[in-house]
Amino acid sequence: MKAFTQITGLACPLDRANVDTDAIIPKQFLKSIKRTGFGPYLFDEWRYTNYGEPDMDCTNRPLNEDFVLNQARYKGAQVLLARENFGCGSSREHAPWAIDDYGFRVIIAPSFADIFYNNCFKNGILPIVASAEQVDQLFKECESTEGYELNVDLPSQTVTLPSGASFSFDVSETSKKNLLNGLDEIGLTLEHADKIKAFENQHKVSQPWLFT
Amino acid sequence: MAGKTLYDKLWDSHLVHQDADGTSLIYIDRHLVHEVTSPQAFEGLRLAGRKPWRNNTIVANPDHNTPTQNWDKDIEDPVSKLQVDTLDKNMKEFGSLVYFPFKDKNQGIIHVIGPEHGTTLPGMTVVCGDSHTSTHGAFGALAHGIGTSEVEHVLATQTLIAKKSKSMLVKVNGKLGAGVTAKDVALAVIGVTGTAGGTGYAIEFAGDVISDLSMEGRMTICNMAIEAGARAGIMAPDEKTAAYLKGRQYAPKAEQWEQAVAYWNTLKSDTDADFDAVIELDGADIQPQVTWGTSPEQVLPIGAVVPNPADETDPTKRTSIENALQYMGLEANTPIEEIKLDKVFIGSCTNSRIEDLRAAAEVAKGKKVASNIDVAMVVPGSGIVKRQAEEEGLDRIFTEAGFEWREPGCSMCLAMNADRLSAGERCASTSNRNFEGRQGPGGRTHLVSPAMAAAAAVAGHFVDVRNV
Repeated sequence: MKAFTQITGLACPLDRANVDTDAIIPKQFLKSIKRTGFGPYLFDEWRYTNYGEPDMDCTNRPLNEDFVLNQARYKGAQVLLARENFGCGSSREHAPWAIDDYGFRVIIAPSFADIFYNNCFKNGILPIVASAEQVDQLFKECESTEGYELNVDLPSQTVTLPSGASFSFDVSETSKKNLLNGLDEIGLTLEHADKIKAFENQHKVSQPWLFT
Repeated sequence: MAGKTLYDKLWDSHLVHQDADGTSLIYIDRHLVHEVTSPQAFEGLRLAGRKPWRNNTIVANPDHNTPTQNWDKDIEDPVSKLQVDTLDKNMKEFGSLVYFPFKDKNQGIIHVIGPEHGTTLPGMTVVCGDSHTSTHGAFGALAHGIGTSEVEHVLATQTLIAKKSKSMLVKVNGKLGAGVTAKDVALAVIGVTGTAGGTGYAIEFAGDVISDLSMEGRMTICNMAIEAGARAGIMAPDEKTAAYLKGRQYAPKAEQWEQAVAYWNTLKSDTDADFDAVIELDGADIQPQVTWGTSPEQVLPIGAVVPNPADETDPTKRTSIENALQYMGLEANTPIEEIKLDKVFIGSCTNSRIEDLRAAAEVAKGKKVASNIDVAMVVPGSGIVKRQAEEEGLDRIFTEAGFEWREPGCSMCLAMNADRLSAGERCASTSNRNFEGRQGPGGRTHLVSPAMAAAAAVAGHFVDVRNV
């Protein structure tokens, strides 16, 4: 897994609630059997005015100029500002794959859907839950200030605004440790292999029909 | 000390390891696999030189990409075909308990075939790289969707890294009125909770309305728990659960059956269990539901009018209503019954089981699909559902009324195959998501029950099925 320590990155405000994973990466791109190459199709139906197909070259596709990612001032953004319930809907990990491939490393929102939130950590993306008021402030400042950059520091669990003001965020100890070190979760779990086997043996006794 | 909820019992009986911060390893009994979210996981195993921990927990089949007609032509889209072929290859290489390849007589939607073969049982943990895995909670299993990295983790370790959710009780009391179905209950609940109301929770559904439902109806409700934001929906198993499972291929047999049923009878929330949240609804208040917007929470009873954003005081919600009305091509205050349709889709892991098809056929019998409906299609959830429906003559009722009778699969629920809406087309759909572009770019989806969908196909617009 990709490690995350800290970044100072340009923020981009996506001002919509309940952004679902169908919007993040439409279904036609889920036909790929790879984990990479989804970035050009991130928010495909909002970003372009024509229909996107898998493996399409996006360099000359007609852009929806109104869509925030297409505005020159947000080019190269690494921090996505979002509204409540970001990532709802399908469990497709293609959504964080697309977000990562595009170049975002952090998403800040008042709330995330559960499966999407988990999927982010598996891909080196840090999802930060902040209060609705805090997110509102970030949206306002970001929209009114070109080149609005946020510093996101995972060891201290702090986001620092250009003004120098900062706020802290929660992250579970395990997720933090894995993200900081880019640890292979499967390898870590397999360190508990004896425990899993012991559980399995006892489970086989209590519910033998699950093992026939 | 308060008693345990059903969710507590399922969690505790699968807990392998717990870190100080609550991060846990949960043992997984059943792993459902389909072609879309698994190729990268198997590739990950291959690259790391790992093998599945217990391949006889895997139940698999392709469903998202498979066509629903012209099976003699195989899969015409080469990208879809590669994904389905990749599942074939992975199943051959890594092995499974059950695998139905494309065109197998038992192939179908993974959430339909699992229960059909008795591979979903009370007391199990069930995962799948698919958010609608919550469906299996109808059997008293802890079942939820996972991402592809987690699919790989479960394959390699038979466990999932998880944190315990909070618990919510949704109690639906009383009785449903005639013409009101499980789908209407699911939509009405989401109308109350919102699409994020269940985030962070496992929802237990209980109450007389739930007890009165068939297993098919219960699956419809648990299926849509995720649309309320809850990864898992669960229901306590009862006599109906056992009756449904008895004799199915992978259900316990002989003396193990009695032992299993005795255990399953303990799978219910203790009377003194505490829930973190409780919502109660009266079944008699639930009307047939129709979504009007681009989120399942944007739902109203059939007799209502499309909302006016000017009446909404919360600015974020007002913007959501405005965006939804614009995308859906609807004017504020339009009566739902005046919304005209172009297509009708009866199918999906929410509503493609035999009981759903019976309910739709009962409405369609002896009638004709309205002339303004371009396509009305019925897509059974599995080969078994299809054959059962054909034995009962439901296929003929549909085709005589002008519906298309298709082969099983996910179909136009998410439009990964050729079944989709064109931009601007409006569809009454028995599926689970009305998101922008879900059924095709620019397509407009209204979620309804099978009976409401059939009634809308006949009328050409939404209509109260209770008056048909």
